[in-house]
Amino acid sequence: MRQFIAQRLLSRRLTNIQTAEIDRFRFRVKCATAFVLLGFVLLLSRLVYLQIARNDYYSTRAEDNRISLIPILPSRGTILDRNGEVLARNYSAFTLEITPALVENLEETIAELEKLVEIQPKDKRRFQRLVNEGRPFDSQPIRIRLTDEEIALFTVNRYRFHGVEVKARLFRHYPFGATASHVLGYLNRVNKADLEMIDEKEQSANYKGTSHIGKTGIEKAYEFHLHGETGYEEVEIDANGHPVRRLSSTPPVAGSDLTLTLDIRLQEVAEKAFGKRRGALVAIDPSTGEVLAFVSMPTFDLNLFDDGISQENWDRLNNSPDRPMINRVLNATYPPGSTFKPFMALAGLESGKRTPEYSFHDTGSFTIAGHTFRDQKKDGHGHVDLYKSIVQSCDTYYYVLANEMGIDSIVRFMGRIGFGQRTGIDVEGESEGILPSPEWKRRRFRRYELQRWFAGDTVSIGIGQGYNAYTPIQIAQAVAVLANDGALYRPRLVKDISDNRAGVKKSVEPELVRTMGWRQKNVDTVKRAMAGVNREGTAARAFLNAEYTSGGKTGTAQTFSLRGGDYRASRLREELRDHALYIAFAPEDKPRIALAVLVENSGFGGQSAAPLARKVLDHFFSARSDAPPVVSGTRAARGEL
Amino acid sequence: MSSVLPRLKRLVFEHLDLPLLLIIAPLMAIGLLTVYSATYDVSNRAFGQLVNMSVGIVVMWGVARVHPQHLMRFALPLYLVGVFLLTLVFFAGVRVNGAQRWLSLGFMRCQPSELLKIATPMALAWYFQKYETAIKIRHYALAFLMVLVPFALIAKQPDLGTSILVGAAGVYVIFFAGLPWKFIVGTLVVAVAASPFVWPLLHEFQRKRVLILLDPTIDPFGAGYHIIQSTIAIGSGGGFGKGWLQGTQTHLEFIPERHTDFIFAVFSEEYGFLGAGVLILLYLLLIARCLMITINASTLFARLLGGAITLSFFTCAFVNIGMVSGVLPVVGVPLPFMSYGGTALVTLFCSLGIMMSIQTHRMLLKK
Repeated sequence: MRQFIAQRLLSRRLTNIQTAEIDRFRFRVKCATAFVLLGFVLLLSRLVYLQIARNDYYSTRAEDNRISLIPILPSRGTILDRNGEVLARNYSAFTLEITPALVENLEETIAELEKLVEIQPKDKRRFQRLVNEGRPFDSQPIRIRLTDEEIALFTVNRYRFHGVEVKARLFRHYPFGATASHVLGYLNRVNKADLEMIDEKEQSANYKGTSHIGKTGIEKAYEFHLHGETGYEEVEIDANGHPVRRLSSTPPVAGSDLTLTLDIRLQEVAEKAFGKRRGALVAIDPSTGEVLAFVSMPTFDLNLFDDGISQENWDRLNNSPDRPMINRVLNATYPPGSTFKPFMALAGLESGKRTPEYSFHDTGSFTIAGHTFRDQKKDGHGHVDLYKSIVQSCDTYYYVLANEMGIDSIVRFMGRIGFGQRTGIDVEGESEGILPSPEWKRRRFRRYELQRWFAGDTVSIGIGQGYNAYTPIQIAQAVAVLANDGALYRPRLVKDISDNRAGVKKSVEPELVRTMGWRQKNVDTVKRAMAGVNREGTAARAFLNAEYTSGGKTGTAQTFSLRGGDYRASRLREELRDHALYIAFAPEDKPRIALAVLVENSGFGGQSAAPLARKVLDHFFSARSDAPPVVSGTRAARGEL
Repeated sequence: MSSVLPRLKRLVFEHLDLPLLLIIAPLMAIGLLTVYSATYDVSNRAFGQLVNMSVGIVVMWGVARVHPQHLMRFALPLYLVGVFLLTLVFFAGVRVNGAQRWLSLGFMRCQPSELLKIATPMALAWYFQKYETAIKIRHYALAFLMVLVPFALIAKQPDLGTSILVGAAGVYVIFFAGLPWKFIVGTLVVAVAASPFVWPLLHEFQRKRVLILLDPTIDPFGAGYHIIQSTIAIGSGGGFGKGWLQGTQTHLEFIPERHTDFIFAVFSEEYGFLGAGVLILLYLLLIARCLMITINASTLFARLLGGAITLSFFTCAFVNIGMVSGVLPVVGVPLPFMSYGGTALVTLFCSLGIMMSIQTHRMLLKK
């Protein structure tokens, strides 16, 4: 019995314990339920946040993921000369390109590629430079102008090369090579400064995908005309960036074609006439301001730039003592020397200080304030009137005239012609030059004793020496104004722009800057005297038997002051020798061409500059109606690309 | 003849739980559709997944017929075999993708860690059942040790996802067995305090995953990429989704592992918040039904095992969705019924079979 009771008690106790355990278990299940509910609420709130609250944001992200805008580059406008000769065009070629970010080991990849296509050290160097300059996701060419066999060979092996692709790129080609290189200018990679400029002009969207931009000359000045409008292809891409399908596309619009005022044949003749000499020549149609020839010597081959100029070539161009990269027409300034005299003569006539008949006796020197200015002709020219002063280039006549006129009236007259001012020609980077005046001297010098303007300063300017320094384009412009009887048209290089989108060809109208208001008989007097120069004066030998009439003036610009000594060119180092100048217009009545020639360090204008001008003018007048355009050597050599 | 059909019917349905079947049927359907969408444009895995599910159902049916008392007999041997195999893996496992998880049997490879997902809670439940009504602190301590061994071995492979699931299942048993609250709170405090010391023990890539969770943009093209792309997929799904087979993130291959661990991103991109809500509701129903089964279970072993399995379903779903939606670190935990993969599915259906066994053998025991 006791045992039974004990057993019952034990079993009850056990049941009680079990019941307590079950109660505890049930409570724990409730806790677990709360835990589960809390977890799911947490997840749901996260989903509400992602899918409801921020749905717009993530939808955009998904779209951005999905859609890629691939720019389609427009083809750059071509550049033609005034007769339709192609000066700059595009050709497309296949390049082998590597995207550095997608390649694990660049060197290994290149080594492997070398087994398939020829890769030269210069290719590697260029590639390395481009990689250093660019972003890791830009694809950069390792080889340019692949042959068909090379393309085929690579394509077969393509699976081995992640991040390497064959692409078609447009390259710029200049059929005339080095001719007119300073006018046309070159393209090079878009750099940081370019990007800023593009951004400023709000062209950033249009330049997505553009790798090259005009750096100098027309290519730079008319960059936004030539570039065209970038098209876009909207493609769906997968996570690997491979296009899956095309959604839409906006075709690009090719850049505008430019017709230059330049006559490339005339340009060629002029450049050839320079030979190895340095210098500049500008020929302008005086009645419109159209620049017919724009020569800066030496030139450089623009095609060196078509696939990114190599470092060696770049160094060679920049370190050459001949400084071929300098645009002498716009950026070199020279004293005009005696070519200044016709303008002084006209100033004298216009101011009333001189008449054509006025004559004085030249003894070979002029002394003012204790300083004697000598004529080139030691014993003087004897009786000299205006005509003779120009034909024989009498210095003393102009010493006296300048002194009588005074610097202020000279500056006023010359400034109106454009000396010492930018012409506003339609390429960038023109220098201002120096038309010296007392005010200029005060600004130019810091020390008081140098700031003073001496009567002698004025006298030097009378013959185009001293402080004055003008760009060849300014001198040519002045000749054109004179030839055009005082109507100054802004010099310009672009004749028409054919807009490919609108399909219209727009001519650039001549821009009359101002009319000088000169008395015609004064202008005629000066022009007659200049005609005399070519007929019987300092340029007579150069223009012997010319088949057209012309007027000119020779000049010599001192680069080096010989205090009292004799000038003997042969004794001086070449770069210290005088510059030879020559200005001309032709024909004498109704001139159609006005030009200025400068040959650096080659002595008297009559000897070296005038014969050069003769060749240009001969071509200009002989070849007016010519000539089936001849395929030039460079073009033939490159084949029809 | 007339007696064959009812007998067959009985043979098939005797130990299956209808409410559970009604819940897992739509889950399986959704899973198949999503696997199809995630894979059809590469190589369709939906049929393979259907085969996996069929195998799973047969396993479930078989397990459901086994009485929990019999299951209990297998508990310790299964656990010991599992731990033994894990040790083998540790010394002689096959390395795949940098993780040593597989044991080569010559003709096939098996993943012992999967076995431990069920064996660990079973062994613990058996252990507590053995000491029913007289559980002492030292029993809890030993139980912890029993969890720690497989947990550590799996974590070392490294397979953080599975080790978390195994560890959690074991801890759930201990929790349901009645570990005093002071120890629970104490453990949590210790865990938080110890985390700085655990940090250096983690693998480099595991540490990185945690850091990336805090800021996915630190590695947008590496590991952070997965989280960024999957959150974009989920977020862009919006309220109602882009529609079946219409997910751009999915079909343009922005989502990594899209038919396995990241399948939730595929699903919620195509079905939106509505779909995700329905899925979570189904999980909730599954868990609710399992908890009901658990609470009515007749033995301690059944209660503890049932509770642990139920919470494991939750852990799986929570950790997976949490990681895909960018609130938890990326660990390899499959989403139940959704992620492609035979082993995990078989384990899942095996767990369901246990739940059904617990439910359907309750009456028999009372008789």
